[in-house]
Amino acid sequence: MIGQLTKAERQYALLILLGLALCGLIFGIAGKDDPLGVHGALIGVAALAGIFKVISIYYDPEPGDERLNRYYDDPTKFGIVLAMIWAVFGLFIGDWVAWLLVKPDFTFDAGWASFGRLRPVHTTSVIFGFGGNALIATSYYVLQRTSRARLPDQLSPWFVLLGYNLFCVLSVTGYMMGITQSKEYAEPEWYADIWLVVVWVTYFAIYLRTLARRKEPHIYVANWYYMAFILVVAILHIVNNLAVPVSFGSAKSYSLFSGVQDAMTEWWYGHNAVAFFLTAGFLGMMYYFLPVRAGRPIYSYRLSIISFWGITFFYMWAGSHHLHYTALPQWVQTLGMTFSLMLLIPSWASATNALLTLNGAWDKVRDDATLRFMMVAAVFYGITTFEGSFLAIRSVNSLSHYTDWTVGHVHAGALGWVAMITFGSIYAIVPWLWKRDRMYSPRLVEVHFWLAMAGTVVYVFAMWNSGIIQGLMWRTYNESGTLAYSFVDSLIAMRPYYIARAIGGLLFLIGGVVGAYNVWMTIKTESKVLPESAVDAPEPALGGSAVLQPGE
Amino acid sequence: MFGLHYRLERKAIGLTLGIILVASIGGLVEIAPLFTIHQTVEDAPDMRVYTPLELAGRNIYIREGCYACHSQMIRTLRDEVERYGPYSLAVESKYDHPMLWGSKRTGPDLARLGGKYSDEWHVAHLDNPRDVLPVSVMPAYSWLLRTTLRTDDLGAHLKAQRAVGVPYTDDMIANASKDAYGQAAPDSPYAEGVTKRYGKATTVRAFDGKPGELTEMDALVAYLQVLGHLTNAAHKPVADAAR
Repeated sequence: MIGQLTKAERQYALLILLGLALCGLIFGIAGKDDPLGVHGALIGVAALAGIFKVISIYYDPEPGDERLNRYYDDPTKFGIVLAMIWAVFGLFIGDWVAWLLVKPDFTFDAGWASFGRLRPVHTTSVIFGFGGNALIATSYYVLQRTSRARLPDQLSPWFVLLGYNLFCVLSVTGYMMGITQSKEYAEPEWYADIWLVVVWVTYFAIYLRTLARRKEPHIYVANWYYMAFILVVAILHIVNNLAVPVSFGSAKSYSLFSGVQDAMTEWWYGHNAVAFFLTAGFLGMMYYFLPVRAGRPIYSYRLSIISFWGITFFYMWAGSHHLHYTALPQWVQTLGMTFSLMLLIPSWASATNALLTLNGAWDKVRDDATLRFMMVAAVFYGITTFEGSFLAIRSVNSLSHYTDWTVGHVHAGALGWVAMITFGSIYAIVPWLWKRDRMYSPRLVEVHFWLAMAGTVVYVFAMWNSGIIQGLMWRTYNESGTLAYSFVDSLIAMRPYYIARAIGGLLFLIGGVVGAYNVWMTIKTESKVLPESAVDAPEPALGGSAVLQPGE
Repeated sequence: MFGLHYRLERKAIGLTLGIILVASIGGLVEIAPLFTIHQTVEDAPDMRVYTPLELAGRNIYIREGCYACHSQMIRTLRDEVERYGPYSLAVESKYDHPMLWGSKRTGPDLARLGGKYSDEWHVAHLDNPRDVLPVSVMPAYSWLLRTTLRTDDLGAHLKAQRAVGVPYTDDMIANASKDAYGQAAPDSPYAEGVTKRYGKATTVRAFDGKPGELTEMDALVAYLQVLGHLTNAAHKPVADAAR
């Protein structure tokens, strides 16, 4: 795969890997009394593996200039495979922790296996492992097609993809060892955070450099979203993770902010991770793959513009709705609520735009499970953003906050929107990338679709029920004016719903496994026929007068 | 307007700057004033800092991800105040780097947990939650009793805390490891220094019931017992606290 690196790029790769190995060595020595030392070793091993890989191909013939006539898809292929691996792992851990709430003793009397440590393993694996790899991989693909330009070089896409996965591995292994800064969805510690900044800046540089080479006058709408995703995530990540490490040999750091300022910063980050990681990036995916697969242009260019700038502006105000009735000043809470309600406009503009794009292609939605994944994702996007605005209303939030309702809401978005649009896009992109006429088994795509659908519905309904019951029990008074239920009463009431949730999660996990198998078999099995259908047409020749594809 | 956009989307740098500008406004308006408006955080002259042992306990609380299931923020709602105690004030988490307000209550809120139960209850509950509460879904943390607390780096922890704004003195930093040991060993010669440095209200006792050993259980229980007791501000009448 990395055989396409030129001689100079192989040398750069070795330099970078040697630098990384040195970092690993320093951390290993400085942190020998600390969990940091284990991570030092891990970084060192990863760097050494890379060095061996590069050396093994070092004297291979250089790629010829004809490579420049094709798009560079090797990192995309690798990223898609990684995304599927993270999906299965992350969903498995998610379902495991769901069962832990039914059977809390399955922890082997060890710290690493308890709910508190595995929960961030689940969230990081699915959000950053599965979602992040899918975003990086598809963004490389979309960027090249919509710009009609090859990525600027062969090395930096690999650096971003593999460096990002090193970050994910450091995070997940760290939580199991107890390395966490306890900021939800930003749990990795200072050294992993710094590494991610380096990776992320390179990622954006790839975007700018490719756009600078583009042969299209306009930047396609999917790229606006991908750009907003990269830029704003960088801002959020840097500000929220400002911290002072205990020492150079310690994994532990203390956040620069405390109390109320820290809470606001954390939820400004936390909510906009939803906005720019889990929404903007995946909207970029949707704006490319849905029209291409449906064979129809995007319904409205103007709706795209309104939606894009609306989301970019309004979302950044909405974080404080996580802190209603707390010690955060009232005026900030009110601003958060107001902007959360206004957010419904750009959100529904995108959902509507997606669904109206399907007008005239509904027969394809019926027959093609891949397109149906994308359609259902758009519907869930609409439902979840409506629910989000609703939950941000102060009086509703007084009931829903701290309960499973929030968990249900998040999963309606994560399973129904993020995972569905990703699976749809992956089922579309895999045959194009590997030059197959279709997925190994369209039937299994269908099976995956219904498992995912059933899993999501069971999960979300279970959490709606348990959340609302929980919230109501906490605030119910009896006739004499005292609280009617103890906390334990509410805990007992949750049990059937926790079982239902774990079953819903299991269905979704099985779907993910089926999907991973299907992707793997598609890669392994050569197609019998290879007609380049209009939908799957790959690689228009660069510079030539290629036929415009929908979505380009 | 759309004509303007038609031109903007031809310029990668223009689009980049546009996104940064539009996305920055919300955060600037909502976050920056929190550092400058004085009323955001009340004054509490009686506020004390965490002792090294309590800080170590807090770090264990963070390490085990307790924040995923327990909030530390009592909202200004009648049922919460009646169930848990006076609603939380901003000043109470002034020295919390980071805050642990939480977002989910799979278990109850812990903001006013300190002093509510005995040390023995906490130890039994952490050792196996189902011994004291049969329906609990909390994991057992039995290894905390077996694990010796690391104290040699506590001075560095206090120093880092001071770097982010917690008023630890040189004296406190120099004696951090000894104070951690002394707080859990009331009969040892180190015990006296703890109350001298952190105030008479500081609890000095063998939290895990074993005075000779300093375990992670000592630290976590010490932390749980101080929750809601760094300042008394929340228990005063509102007018009083605002002054």
